[in-house]
Amino acid sequence: MIWELLRKRLYQLVLVAWGVGTLTFVLMRSLPGDMAYRIAASRYGQDNVDSAAAELVRQELNLDQGWLSSYVNWLFELLQFNLGNSLVSGLPVSETVLHQLGHSLLLAGFGIALSICIALPLGTWSAKKGGLVNSIMVWFSTCTRAMPVFVLGLILILLFALEWPLFPVAGFGTWQHLVLPSITLAISLAAVSNRVVYGSVRRVLRSPFYQFSRVKGLSERQTFFRHGMRNMAVPIVAFIGIQLVSVIEGIVMIESLFSWPGVGHGLAHAIFARDIPVIQGCALTMGVLFVVLNGIIDLLCYWIDPRGEQEQ
Amino acid sequence: MIKSLSLNQKLGLTLLLGLFAFAVLVGGFSPYTIDEQNLSIRLITPNSDHWFGTDHFGRDMMTRLASAIVLSFSLGVFCVLTSSILGVTLGVCSAWAGGRVEQSLDVLVNILLALPGLVLVLLLSAIAPGSFVVLYFAISLVQWVEYYRVTRAITRTLMDSPERQVSVMMGFGKWYQFKRHIWPAISSSVFTMAAFGGANAILMMASLGFVAVGIQPPLAELGLMSVELFPFYVEAPWVLMQPLIVVALLVLGFHLLAGASRESLNSTH
Amino acid sequence: MNLLIQLTDLSINAKELELLQPLSLSLYQDKPLTILGQTGSGKSLLAQAIIGLLPNELSQQGQVEVFGKLHDRGSLVSLWGKEVIMLPQEPWRALDPLMPAYQQVLEVYECLHGLTHEQAFNQAMDDLDKVDLKSSASKRPGQLSGGMAQRLAVTAATAGGAKLILADEPTKGLDVSRRNDIVQLLLQSAQGGGLLTITHDIEVARQIGGDIIVMKEGVVVEQGSAEQVLNQPEHSYTQSLIGADPRHWDQRTKGLIDKKPVLSATSLAIGRNGQALSAGIDFTIHAGEVVGVVGDSGSGKSTLGDTLLNLLPPISGKVNKRVSQAKPYQWLKLFQDPPAAFTSSVSLGVLLEDVINLHQIDRARIAPLMNKLKLAPELLARRSTEVSGGELQRFAILRALLLDPIFLFADEPTSRLDPIIAKEVTDLLVNLAKEKGCALLLVSHDPHMIEKRCDTVVQLK
Repeated sequence: MIWELLRKRLYQLVLVAWGVGTLTFVLMRSLPGDMAYRIAASRYGQDNVDSAAAELVRQELNLDQGWLSSYVNWLFELLQFNLGNSLVSGLPVSETVLHQLGHSLLLAGFGIALSICIALPLGTWSAKKGGLVNSIMVWFSTCTRAMPVFVLGLILILLFALEWPLFPVAGFGTWQHLVLPSITLAISLAAVSNRVVYGSVRRVLRSPFYQFSRVKGLSERQTFFRHGMRNMAVPIVAFIGIQLVSVIEGIVMIESLFSWPGVGHGLAHAIFARDIPVIQGCALTMGVLFVVLNGIIDLLCYWIDPRGEQEQ
Repeated sequence: MIKSLSLNQKLGLTLLLGLFAFAVLVGGFSPYTIDEQNLSIRLITPNSDHWFGTDHFGRDMMTRLASAIVLSFSLGVFCVLTSSILGVTLGVCSAWAGGRVEQSLDVLVNILLALPGLVLVLLLSAIAPGSFVVLYFAISLVQWVEYYRVTRAITRTLMDSPERQVSVMMGFGKWYQFKRHIWPAISSSVFTMAAFGGANAILMMASLGFVAVGIQPPLAELGLMSVELFPFYVEAPWVLMQPLIVVALLVLGFHLLAGASRESLNSTH
Repeated sequence: MNLLIQLTDLSINAKELELLQPLSLSLYQDKPLTILGQTGSGKSLLAQAIIGLLPNELSQQGQVEVFGKLHDRGSLVSLWGKEVIMLPQEPWRALDPLMPAYQQVLEVYECLHGLTHEQAFNQAMDDLDKVDLKSSASKRPGQLSGGMAQRLAVTAATAGGAKLILADEPTKGLDVSRRNDIVQLLLQSAQGGGLLTITHDIEVARQIGGDIIVMKEGVVVEQGSAEQVLNQPEHSYTQSLIGADPRHWDQRTKGLIDKKPVLSATSLAIGRNGQALSAGIDFTIHAGEVVGVVGDSGSGKSTLGDTLLNLLPPISGKVNKRVSQAKPYQWLKLFQDPPAAFTSSVSLGVLLEDVINLHQIDRARIAPLMNKLKLAPELLARRSTEVSGGELQRFAILRALLLDPIFLFADEPTSRLDPIIAKEVTDLLVNLAKEKGCALLLVSHDPHMIEKRCDTVVQLK
């Protein structure tokens, strides 16, 4: 069971690597003009390019071979984690990306944790109160999730960095820099997940097994801790897995908005600059991050709910 | 059809129709074009000539907004049509045929699902920056997967269901089975997915525009307008607010129209 | 005798609608009371009112006295577990799906009696041993069978020490042998206390004994001792309820008019997904013959029918269709759960039209057949979700018969219907099949029904 899950994620990792490798290869081939000249120009500056420099680049990147052999070559390099150097800065891609990954993980971790801190109490509260409280929460959630994450971020910047300068507008360094980006991510996630919490809590509180536990003689508190929490957690944790797509997408947007030096920011920049090795490195990292986080959620789900599909 | 919609859905529909009507009317009657610059009237407040004011190049905001709304709507509609038809067809075929067809489609779906949608769209859009067609192609490619998965899951349970078995035994053909059993079971999910899909397509285009790799200037696009106008938030906050509010209204309209919550779909796969 | 429960003029309303008319009853120690009635007769609400679990939307009038004290919804909570317990209708939904079996018993000892974890564990294992569940102690409810889950529920419920037991349809969905086990377990657990059972099953009422109250649509129609009510029923409703129990059905004359073989099975082995369920099946079914299939659940009763219809491949052996000129659509099946066999996207009339158009059926045949099946023409305007299960099953029979079937496989066609309706539908089905010369394979978990209605019986092991 558990190996089945891990095997599936491993298979996905291979697909990610192959998919990203192929796409970036296509990207490289589709660039207009003489590839070698372009790359050399971005590497050494427009004035220092001559045909010798271009030739060097051509050999280094195997640009004059047929597309099939250079494709195989390209994938082979990828297999050895040889991601090459940035066409813009000349720095090794793997180092840059690894550095960025740390920053992205920090943002993602804080964002997810904060979103749970917002969604759990709000969802539980509206499930227990129902009625007007719930209706207000529904509307509040609908309006919040209608806002794209960058709009949300812009509003927060306008309010808490410019109107009342409590936090820095953008950048990285102190803990204050982390506040606005992670709150932006957290709000956008919680706007959706609080409804899932609501549904789950409501389902369990109304379930026959919850009632039966009370009839058996257990108190409200005992029933909640013994039968409530774990059963409520099952769909909530599974939903965090589903939300990982929003987390990664949110990271791309938020990092770009707040100039947070993470993978998403790197990716957007590299695409703008058409810096292909960096595009490959960033996309690969995001894909791997996505699959690994999904794997962790899988294990967490299995730990909470070891039932197989059949049993449910 | 209209009658069966809930109050929220009607509200969403009204909102979308309103925005669309605004865009078409302004597009038809506006005396300005989207790239007509007039630096002498930069960032002016709304007045009788420029009802919504002007941007940092002195271009008429109302005309630009209308053009951006049309752009967003067309992308949303094209993407929804393409991805839903593709996803539903393949989903039904895959569940019906099983075997090789299902396996090979599964590999394809797994590749597409291994990367978050926006990352894939970003990568594809890098091939030809600013191209509407590439954007449309990339977003549809990402979106058909959800229709496929939901449709396949529902169809699969229907394959073994007594109601379809009875029809098969009584000699009804495949089209009848689809019409009477499969389509009624999937139609409401497909509608919900389509509404969310429309919102999502608009969001993706705006997001790409916002990180400057989507539609390129001087075209008017909501995300691009937001990022272009951001530096002028002190001088002209009302101008910056316009694209932000419009994109939020568009997404809200589609979300309201969807009716059911998106999470309710996830329980089916 | 000790009076445990005394209800005085208890009635239940949903706004203006009266769901349960004023009712008084007394439950004494060691004298079980059974409430008998079909679905929708308000009996579950009665149990919920006694234990204090009536949904807030419903209002109750009258007095509920438990152990000589007046109680309302709030105060009844203090009795739960130690004094009064209610067994759930569907045990696998009432047990925590994520918690191992033993823990669901253990926690009662821990929380109610304040035992240490180890003491509670030993107690729980002892209890489970008594109901033969020790080997399944660490399984989750989803891994238990229906009977096991119900035994676990009874064990967990009575661990608190309650001697007053309310059981709401405790045998729903169980096999005959499992049903008897649970009834015995209930009687045993309630010794020295009180037992109030709610059921639609005459046999359960008979086994429990004591007193019986018969209810119909929220009204008590008859009450008295079990012996008196079951043997000399006075009210016509009670009589038809008892008459609907297959063991009281009249025996129909067996025998064949026609000796034309329709289908035969030779040394057939059946199973699903390559797993054999039953083997060595040999029989021939003739036109107009009713063949009954009996066997425990899991013996492959439905699988046999599906194999004969070619919906499943046989594991080994042969199925021979002996009628060469038959069309494929003349081999048909009636399903167990009528609503699942119809799409609710269009009205029944449209579905009927579809069949008529596909096979060019003479419309003049419809009205008389509908008349025979007691189907009102108005039903055709409704969708499958808007008619009752009995009506829907009769409509299924109508649709099948219009195709002039040669062979009809009826897979427990009445098990989801109330007994009185079930008898009616079974009789209609058997009579019409005979009349049209259609071979009928009837599967049922009730050996009495098969015995009373079938010409031949196939026993699966």
